[in-house]
Amino acid sequence: MLRLDGISRRFAATQALENISIDIGAGDFVALLGPSGCGKSTLLRLIAGLDAPDSGRIIWQDGAPPRPGEIGFVFQDATLLPWASAAENVALPLRLRGIPRASYEPAALAALARVGLDGFATARPRTLSGGMRMRVSIARALVSRPRLLLMDEPFAALDEFTRHGLQEDLLALWRELGCTVIFVTHSIYEAAFLARRVVLLSPRPGRIAREIANPLPAEPATRLDPAYAALVAEITAALRPALAA
Amino acid sequence: MSPPPAAPLVFGVLSLALWEALVRLLDVPPYILPGPVAIAGAFAADPRGLLAALASTLVVTFASLVAACLLGVALAGIMSASRWARAAIQPWAVALQVTPIVAIAPLIIIWVNAPFASLVVCATIVAFFPVFSSTAAGLAATPRELLDLFHLNGAGRWQELRLLRLPAALPFFLAGLRISGGLALVGAVVAEFVAGSGGFASGLAYRILEAGYRLQIPRMFAALVLLSLAGLAINSGLGWVERAWLRSHT
Repeated sequence: MLRLDGISRRFAATQALENISIDIGAGDFVALLGPSGCGKSTLLRLIAGLDAPDSGRIIWQDGAPPRPGEIGFVFQDATLLPWASAAENVALPLRLRGIPRASYEPAALAALARVGLDGFATARPRTLSGGMRMRVSIARALVSRPRLLLMDEPFAALDEFTRHGLQEDLLALWRELGCTVIFVTHSIYEAAFLARRVVLLSPRPGRIAREIANPLPAEPATRLDPAYAALVAEITAALRPALAA
Repeated sequence: MSPPPAAPLVFGVLSLALWEALVRLLDVPPYILPGPVAIAGAFAADPRGLLAALASTLVVTFASLVAACLLGVALAGIMSASRWARAAIQPWAVALQVTPIVAIAPLIIIWVNAPFASLVVCATIVAFFPVFSSTAAGLAATPRELLDLFHLNGAGRWQELRLLRLPAALPFFLAGLRISGGLALVGAVVAEFVAGSGGFASGLAYRILEAGYRLQIPRMFAALVLLSLAGLAINSGLGWVERAWLRSHT
């Protein structure tokens, strides 16, 4: 899908990212895991093309960077337009690309149904719970059927129960849609449950400390598997030297 | 316990009664302080003239409020589109805001040779700043993530302005509009005072000046009461618009 080749990014006196190189294959689910300030969000913005690296290259498999709509982005907050209904919010990416209403309306309703929100098309964001707002945000990212889904700590602000539900639904969506997911998080449990590849970043400067593969099945029952606890322990142990360095 | 809605009315009626009682008991002459009854009598003596003057003042007020909105929103939009424009415009807008209108009104009335237009220009200068600065603040406060989302989907500048920046700035604009509405009335009255002392007669301020010259103090108070009521109506009307919009759009 894409390859990062020696990416570095500096903000004033802070070296946010230093020499990041990683290959991300089509259909991968990669978690970027690290403490606050390790540049994970910066890396996501670079991949999305919202920011440019100081050095290094992003090499896309098909040669050209993705066109509008080929990348879905989910932010930490739902960031919905408060004056628009759920369906209008979901349709926004299509509308911005000049797609006519006759096509974007059914697409938005289908995307809402996919995240379990059929029947909420006309609801305003303020009438929805935090978890439902995040579902609308995910539907908005999926509405243009992106090949690459970038998620920046999307569940960090939700309570544990809502978070579990959304994590399980995200896994199901990923299996169903087959898109590539890059998921930024500072939760070890979340990274170990969701991602097939857990990439550990060390802070200041942000560097890739290690990568740990997740061989466990991508399904809700994994949470109760002792092997999951072992994976969490392995990641926790691997983070210690990364944090000390 | 929340205060009853009639509280301001009860307080007002009691205050007026106390005022009337004091004026009568202490035998204050009406050219010093007329009582409410005398003021109401002055209004009843010439309701047509006073209401016509009020209408004239309100026309100036609304014309200048519209002009202030157009100018304020346009300048705020230009400032949000370009950092250079922001740097160039901001200090002049503040300069216009801090210069007392009373000091520049005579000049404007001389320069702008049409009486109505000169009143509108003065009141616009007074009313312009709140709507301008709050719209500018609203346009600048668009969440960065939403701007990112628009960029990711290849939105153009016009789409960004129409679908994101303007609707996001609207609550700010409405808050500014409410303040500007009151100021437009103040500006209209100040301009009428200046113009009225130059012999141009139409609005309520001129009626106040005229009544003052003729020592018709109750009539002066009647005109003042009309001005206060007009100010209250503008404020609560715009407040209602603001709340109605927020209810239906958020």
